[in-house]
Amino acid sequence: MTDKIKDRLDRRAVVAALLRGRSNAIVVSALGAATYDVADVGDHDRNFYLWGAMGGAAMIGLGLALAQPDIPVIVVTGDGEMLMGMGSFATLALQNPGNLSVVVLDNGLYGETGSQETHAAFGADLAKIAASCGLEDARTLTTMDDVETLAPRLHSLRDSPSVAVVKIAGGNKPKVMALRDGAINKGRLRAALGLPVE
Amino acid sequence: MADSSTDTSLPDDSRQDWADGIFDVLKSFELTQASYVPDGGHVRLIERFQADESIAAISLTTEEEGVAQSAGAWLGGARSVLLMQSSGVGNCINMLSLIKHCKFPFLTLITMRGEWGEFNPWQVPMGSVVGDCLSLMGVTVMRADRPEEVVQTVRSAASMAFLGGTPCAVLLSQSLIGAKDFTK
Repeated sequence: MTDKIKDRLDRRAVVAALLRGRSNAIVVSALGAATYDVADVGDHDRNFYLWGAMGGAAMIGLGLALAQPDIPVIVVTGDGEMLMGMGSFATLALQNPGNLSVVVLDNGLYGETGSQETHAAFGADLAKIAASCGLEDARTLTTMDDVETLAPRLHSLRDSPSVAVVKIAGGNKPKVMALRDGAINKGRLRAALGLPVE
Repeated sequence: MADSSTDTSLPDDSRQDWADGIFDVLKSFELTQASYVPDGGHVRLIERFQADESIAAISLTTEEEGVAQSAGAWLGGARSVLLMQSSGVGNCINMLSLIKHCKFPFLTLITMRGEWGEFNPWQVPMGSVVGDCLSLMGVTVMRADRPEEVVQTVRSAASMAFLGGTPCAVLLSQSLIGAKDFTK
């Protein structure tokens, strides 16, 4: 049962639309294309780019969201990365931070490793999985109108986390060389939050 | 019930008095997040975290979630601790790349299985290499075998982690916890 959604969205356009209005939000991007997409919108001292730690993006977002409850935290990841850390949905639901959003860019493909199909391509529905873990504000987006409607929610404080699975087109975009030194990235983000760099 | 010469079990919760000492030390470091995979050896400490409104007690589905969450906490200016059993260390290995590469402070307290009086041989393969695995991933390993060592060891590890930025693990010996009695 391969997923046959037509007119899937352009990943770069989706991420640009979601981050365009950012003010104080912190953005964590998962390894691979999500990091390139976030960097493509423009480098920002509140971005934390992952180049590894697969499966950990949402949990980094949770630690951040609990530490900074008045600042929106947006995790941008892919379907493959989220599948690896799927249990985090249940963990997020128990903590229920209203300043955390997880955006899953779902093309049903492991784009970094040769575009093999993910479980999402065969019916694993990450929005339903998130919802059944207790994350009630979980939805699947298929149009740019949906994306534009979601955008302001990501930058606001709510009662519970938001999960959005965005159906994007396959095909790799040009890599954007985001900051790769995680120690420097860590210090830069902490400084931007007014914290000691170390 | 076995006689005292062969009894390695945990008779009751009273043997976890040291857990209160750990809690006090971590409170003195202004810790505000604590994540855990439920574990018999950490029962008391988990209950202390759950009862403290100033600390987010985070139940995980697998231990590596706690490695990532600890990193996120530090990014946001908070201190966290990860509680797990020795078997969970194996689940954390690749996620510890995040700690090592980014030089995150990291503190984990690990109750040991697969050593002192272990009845279940399935615990031995991981339990016997926990220290080596952590060392290979750049985590400094300390160990407490006796109740009176626990508080000072945890204080030392917390200082190195939160004040010095060195990832630290404290192995809490199975002799502190007692061996699980499968005959009862």
